[in-house]
Amino acid sequence: MALRRRREARHLADARVEALSTFGQLLVAGLLTGLVFALVAVGLTLVYGVMDVVNFAHGEFVMLAMYAGFGLALLGIGPLVGLPLVSIALFLFGIVVYRLFVRRLLTGPPEASVFGTFGLLVLMQGLAQALFTSDYRSVPNPPFQGTVQLGVFALPQAALVEGLGAIVLTAALFAFIEYSSVGRAMRAVSEDRTAATLMGIDVQRINLLAFGLGSACAGAAGALLLLSNPAFPDVGASFALTAFVVVALGGFGSIAGALLGALIVGVLEVLGGYYLSPELKMMPVYLAYLFVVLVRPQGLLGRR
Amino acid sequence: MSARALAVVLAAAFGLTALPGGAPRAANPPPDIVIGSILPLTGPLAQTGAGLRTGQELAVDLINGHVSYPLPAVGHSGLPHLGHARIRIVFADSQGKPDQARVAAEELISQEHAVALIGSYTSSTTATASQVAERAGIPFLNSDSSAPGLTTRGLHWFFRTTPSDATFAENFYQFIADLERTRKQKTVVKKIAIVGEDGLFGTGAGDAEAAIGSQRGFTIVTRVAYPATTTEVNAEVQRVKSAAPDAIMIASYLPDALLFMRGFKDQGVTPQAILAQDSGFIDPGFVRALGPDAEGIFTRDVFSLDIKHRNHAVPLIDQLFRQRFGGKPLDGNSARDFMGVLVLADAIDRAGSTAPEAIRSALAETNIPGDLTLMPWSSIKFDAQGQNVGGAGIIEQIQAGKYETVWPFDVAVKPVIWPMPAWKH
Repeated sequence: MALRRRREARHLADARVEALSTFGQLLVAGLLTGLVFALVAVGLTLVYGVMDVVNFAHGEFVMLAMYAGFGLALLGIGPLVGLPLVSIALFLFGIVVYRLFVRRLLTGPPEASVFGTFGLLVLMQGLAQALFTSDYRSVPNPPFQGTVQLGVFALPQAALVEGLGAIVLTAALFAFIEYSSVGRAMRAVSEDRTAATLMGIDVQRINLLAFGLGSACAGAAGALLLLSNPAFPDVGASFALTAFVVVALGGFGSIAGALLGALIVGVLEVLGGYYLSPELKMMPVYLAYLFVVLVRPQGLLGRR
Repeated sequence: MSARALAVVLAAAFGLTALPGGAPRAANPPPDIVIGSILPLTGPLAQTGAGLRTGQELAVDLINGHVSYPLPAVGHSGLPHLGHARIRIVFADSQGKPDQARVAAEELISQEHAVALIGSYTSSTTATASQVAERAGIPFLNSDSSAPGLTTRGLHWFFRTTPSDATFAENFYQFIADLERTRKQKTVVKKIAIVGEDGLFGTGAGDAEAAIGSQRGFTIVTRVAYPATTTEVNAEVQRVKSAAPDAIMIASYLPDALLFMRGFKDQGVTPQAILAQDSGFIDPGFVRALGPDAEGIFTRDVFSLDIKHRNHAVPLIDQLFRQRFGGKPLDGNSARDFMGVLVLADAIDRAGSTAPEAIRSALAETNIPGDLTLMPWSSIKFDAQGQNVGGAGIIEQIQAGKYETVWPFDVAVKPVIWPMPAWKH
């Protein structure tokens, strides 16, 4: 009798340990997933913060970066060496798009930038469809395919590299905005455009730089995402949708907010998927978003 | 060398008879018989659509030509019972969209006066286009959509030659049963995990796998449905891991298929077998991205060039197809659409008339033995719902980076490796 009770107690303890380690594994996976979301979200929030424009084509910039990274991979250039190249290429692409197109949207009514960047999304997807076809392009035998065993947790290397990239990127961007003179000028423009102009800041140039930097962020994100995802014309859409929620949750224009929002979304999505149902995994994410919109419309770290 | 000349040479080489096409054509040839074809010719599926179109055009040319193959309706310079009238196929673009497919079907019937329709690849477009044909009272032949629900709508004019996902699910369990029967050491598979994207494809496949599995006495230990556009599958993989299945049946597109396979590896999910419903698992990017991690995975397929062991027309048709399609080999989609046109032409010829009701009756009486097709089917015969009852798939296993047919055993080219090898770290 006592023996059976002891055995039952041991079973119960085992089950508890297992449940706890599953929870831990999910939590870690959620945080890593969140960092990947942050990768895409920081560029989006930067552009919004400075220019007051939500770039609906941001996901398509990521898509373009993935194709660029894929092209480099075919030439034998790996993702980590390719990352700065792709970022620079996307920076230049962003500058061109700004000069030719986005600049004109800023002079129109607010809806102009919504419809304009959405049009850019459709155009870029269509062009990718026509030029690259809808085939999935995956890098042959990509690097970082193993796992790192941390106690009971198995952490995929690709996710670790992507997460690390997100942290470095966010920190660098944060430092740039906070401490460099151009960053200060960007903050000035985002706080009060007219006052900034009166202080002698060239708002056009700051806008141009912000859009270029936002595109470069999309470039870095695309180069890293290629570690675990194939490139295809619609690939940006799935990442961008989450990025919009992340940015709204963390606060439009806030870089630290994008990181915080991304971590929350990642954890909620993974835990929701396991404890509710995979079909409902976005529900806690959108509920949290609704809650924030109702009680704190500027987002967690956003300014009014 | 022209395609036809090459076919003659190849046919001769393989010991086929090149018949001079029946009676010479009359001075006043009968008008062409128009078949309307709805395909995704633009949009995300444009590439697939181009392959389907090539398969159908090739079929029409062989029907109107005079070279014989062990296939129905070809080589008689048109349809003999209709005075050697030629078949003409008119294409209309669905863009892969259900509403556009409906418009395309309406145009083909009202403006092109098509006597029958064929199409239209995705199950959702086939659903709307066939409804138009039903209302107009025109036969609709579907050769390439696999959602089980298409044939249970009670339509009078709808026929489907391809097996549905229910058949493919049945094949998985039959494969396991055949293995258990033929192997000395018993394969013990009891617990099945079912994973699938939550669209029509994944849900249809999963429903069939769950229903047939339960009927056959298996335990479905978990059923995971996830949004197809998801960017991570951590929770899904963890759920499968917690259920500790003997085998996993999975229906995914490529991006999610890669996420799952990497997740299973990272989390040490090691079933005896992973049985996949083609799609992402037969995409060329699958083996390329996973390399050695793709080893041992099973996938069903609708077709394989290995069928040549049963019908020697397969390599000839493959040759002709490659010439027209930039060297790309004949695949399951194009082979099914090629066969679809032949089945339709065979029925119109037997009907001896282009009256819709006559064609419908002839279709209902279709009886083509499996070895006169390019497919791994036992026959083409329709049940009361218009579903071909002779349909079957094949099961392939990725061995040394190649898809090798391992089931049914009579067309298999390699022995089964079971259980699949452990993940390499």
